[in-house]
Amino acid sequence: MPLLELKDVHARYGPIRALHGVSLTVNEGEVVALLGANGAGKTTTLRSISSMTRTSGDIVFDGRRIARRSPEYAARLGIAHVPEGRGLFPELTVWENLRMGAVGPGRGAQLEEEATRVVGYFPWIDRRRDQPAATLSGGEQQMLALGRALVSRPRLLMLDEPSLGLAPTIVRELFAIVHRLNEEEGLTVLVVEQNATIALDVASRAYVLEVGRVAVEGTSDELQRHEGVRKSYLGY
Amino acid sequence: MRRNLGRAIGPALFVLGAVVVALLPRFMGEFRLLQFTLVAVYVIALLGLNILTGYSGQISLGHGAFVGVGAYVTALLSLGRPGLELLQLDPPSWLPLGDGMTPIFTIPIAALVTGVLGLLIGIPALRLGGISLALATLALAVSFPILMKRYAEVTGGGGGINLNLPETPFGWDISTRHWLYYEAWVTAGILFILAWLLVRGRIGRAWRAIRDGEVAATSSGVNPALYKTFAFGVSAAYAGAAGALFAIEIAYVNPDTFPVALSILLLASAVIGGLGSLAGAVFGALLYEFLPIYSQEPPVGSFDFADQATPVVFGVFLIVIMLLLPGGVVSGIRRLWAFLVGALARRPSRQRA
Amino acid sequence: MAFPARAARFDLDVGPALRAAILGVGFLVAAVALLGLIGLVLTQTETGFTWAGYAQQIVSGLAQGAIFASLALALVLIYRATDVLNFAQGEMATFTTFIAWSLMNHMSYWPAFALTLVIAFVGGAAIERIIIRPVEHRPEIVIVIVTIGLLIALNGLSGWIWNPEIKAFDTPFSQGTTEIGGVVISYQDLGVLGVCLATVVLLWAFFRFTTLGLVMRAVANSQDASRLLGVRVGWMLALGWGLAAVLGAVAGMMAAPTLFLDPNLMLVVLIYSFAAAVLGGIDSPVGAVVGGLILGVLINILGTYVDFIGGELRLPAALVVLLLVLLVRPQGLFGHKVVRRV
Repeated sequence: MPLLELKDVHARYGPIRALHGVSLTVNEGEVVALLGANGAGKTTTLRSISSMTRTSGDIVFDGRRIARRSPEYAARLGIAHVPEGRGLFPELTVWENLRMGAVGPGRGAQLEEEATRVVGYFPWIDRRRDQPAATLSGGEQQMLALGRALVSRPRLLMLDEPSLGLAPTIVRELFAIVHRLNEEEGLTVLVVEQNATIALDVASRAYVLEVGRVAVEGTSDELQRHEGVRKSYLGY
Repeated sequence: MRRNLGRAIGPALFVLGAVVVALLPRFMGEFRLLQFTLVAVYVIALLGLNILTGYSGQISLGHGAFVGVGAYVTALLSLGRPGLELLQLDPPSWLPLGDGMTPIFTIPIAALVTGVLGLLIGIPALRLGGISLALATLALAVSFPILMKRYAEVTGGGGGINLNLPETPFGWDISTRHWLYYEAWVTAGILFILAWLLVRGRIGRAWRAIRDGEVAATSSGVNPALYKTFAFGVSAAYAGAAGALFAIEIAYVNPDTFPVALSILLLASAVIGGLGSLAGAVFGALLYEFLPIYSQEPPVGSFDFADQATPVVFGVFLIVIMLLLPGGVVSGIRRLWAFLVGALARRPSRQRA
Repeated sequence: MAFPARAARFDLDVGPALRAAILGVGFLVAAVALLGLIGLVLTQTETGFTWAGYAQQIVSGLAQGAIFASLALALVLIYRATDVLNFAQGEMATFTTFIAWSLMNHMSYWPAFALTLVIAFVGGAAIERIIIRPVEHRPEIVIVIVTIGLLIALNGLSGWIWNPEIKAFDTPFSQGTTEIGGVVISYQDLGVLGVCLATVVLLWAFFRFTTLGLVMRAVANSQDASRLLGVRVGWMLALGWGLAAVLGAVAGMMAAPTLFLDPNLMLVVLIYSFAAAVLGGIDSPVGAVVGGLILGVLINILGTYVDFIGGELRLPAALVVLLLVLLVRPQGLFGHKVVRRV
């Protein structure tokens, strides 16, 4: 049984329909990429999973129906959603942001060990504990957001456009960490990306969204060979 | 055909209301007459508040202060310097008080004075939005009675000013109460029509555009500063007129008649009656005048202090209305009307099917 | 939510706590210097001016200001968490003070005090859940009007249940005075200052050092981000209202012995507290406390030494301060500038 399954999900913002019957699955231990141009509905898909938009259709996570519940509910079931813009708390310090990651699913007690584990992936955090999160650079903020999501040992990590606004070296570093997490800890990841090249490098499967529908789906290899995908998203 | 019918409803209701108002005095005694006269006064005050908050979207917790200013202007002008000196008051010589004038003529002057005051206050008010404006106007409302008490040599301080009892003009053979009743309602009617003209015209549309989105309004060529300040002035003028009439009706002004509670309850009445619709002012005025009386009888249970029940009922009403029916009584009636019309319209089609 | 990522970093050897301490000390020094300067001016303009009398007025002003600070902090707490200015904060405080009065007829002061705080907490949280929750997402004007409705209703309810006649309210502090360096200070003033500041410090510690406090600060920073982390935002908001109600109750019980207990007890204090909160910065807790203390001292000094203001125009004087701040520097001393998003 897949860890996450979307069945014919429609979503709208007021009168504007953003998703027109999207179906996809994410199996445990996979890295799945959600690709597409601006406005294709990628972010809306993640928001639908977190019940932040009006949806119809089924969304099943770990056997439970999570559509149209609440962001808190999804988070407590183990879905860590790092939104576009990272969703950090600008006035709280780096360490406090990290601590907040453990709060939701009630992992406060194991905070220290989880935090130490996360610092292992991002050693610079230890040096900057008391800095307000707003003063970090873009790349550092993205890593902090990722680290915060990891503190709670999520079942599913959802990343929304992690490469946005970041320099290529940082993006590679970020995705390398995601890859490591998937290999070493079996973390399941659903990543939304405009940068199809790097996403397909790390993901095992991918879906391409166009105008709110799944246009192409398959393994990374298949997509990397797919002519349409190559021309529109991979640039060759 | 139906559209013309819809348009005709407003004026039709107005005419109906005018007829009711004209005939009402036949059915009631002097005390009731006074109550309904006061309703007219409150209608005028609430029209002003409706324009400010309902149409131009600026919240004011200081409306009562303008009512008070209007009342005091009337008191001072109708007595004139000689009259004030008789009361042992000593207003400064630079105040342009005449020798006393017929009360009815003080109404437009009071409206003018408060209108200008409103314009002056409206200018700095532009820099404040929403909550800040509410706070600033609350400051006005709180200060007013304090200032009136402080400058007792002009205002009579805590003891207030007794006006001369009004006389029926031209020696008409109706009681003073009747005369005041018609004076108040005719004024209210005129001001209602004036408000209606303002609101349905270009100015009203500009106000609504500003209320619904100031930035969008600006990009459509509306100058918000101009219209917002104007709204303040108009609303204050209405309050002043209401205050003037009030002073004439009651023939007495004193600072405690215009406490901060007045401003708060006026806003509450406007909201419950229905902002964004002039008819709401009528419902609000009825509420303001009669709720205090009916919430005290029958006395509830063993509580002795029934007059404290009024604010509780007011407050609860306000909360419930905001939760369930934010458009106020007027919107409730509109919905009911639409429901009935819809129900009637549905029947023929069901027969056809 | 757009997140302002800044490229510059703070390369400080000094930790933020030390920085805050330095700022605090600096501020105190500046305040003392300013007060001294005013005193010097007054020696020239006032006949019969004594430094001892001046110091007394300052201490009384601080005590009064502590009460403003408590209620102002309550206002700011709620404003930061829910973007709502709770016009009913004062009436909530009055209502709980009445409850305390009833309790004190049956038990001694401090147990009644503590029990009142618990009741205030529950009441505040309940009000948030039941009355404010349904209108949380409506336009500002709607929420303001709901709190005004609450103000009206509570004011009437206080008078209805306990009758509107003025009552005396107990104080746990002895009525005498003590002398420090030639300055006569009443135990009442000292007690009020102590209790209010202790409450504020306890609250600060709660927010700074506990996980729950951290979560509440996070919610105030961003409700959406908190939700995504699994925080039950609704309950955190209720908690915030509960704590604010506790602050209000403390302010009420400290003010009642001097101002006497009647339904309008906190109405005037509320106005002063608004002025204090705006002066300090409506979204700054530090500002609320500092603003309250400054306002208390300022009003006292103006009232005592400026004849024009005297005893009657103190409230308008505070309102002038409020208006000046709103017009000249709307974000107050410590608040953040509000940017209009198009």
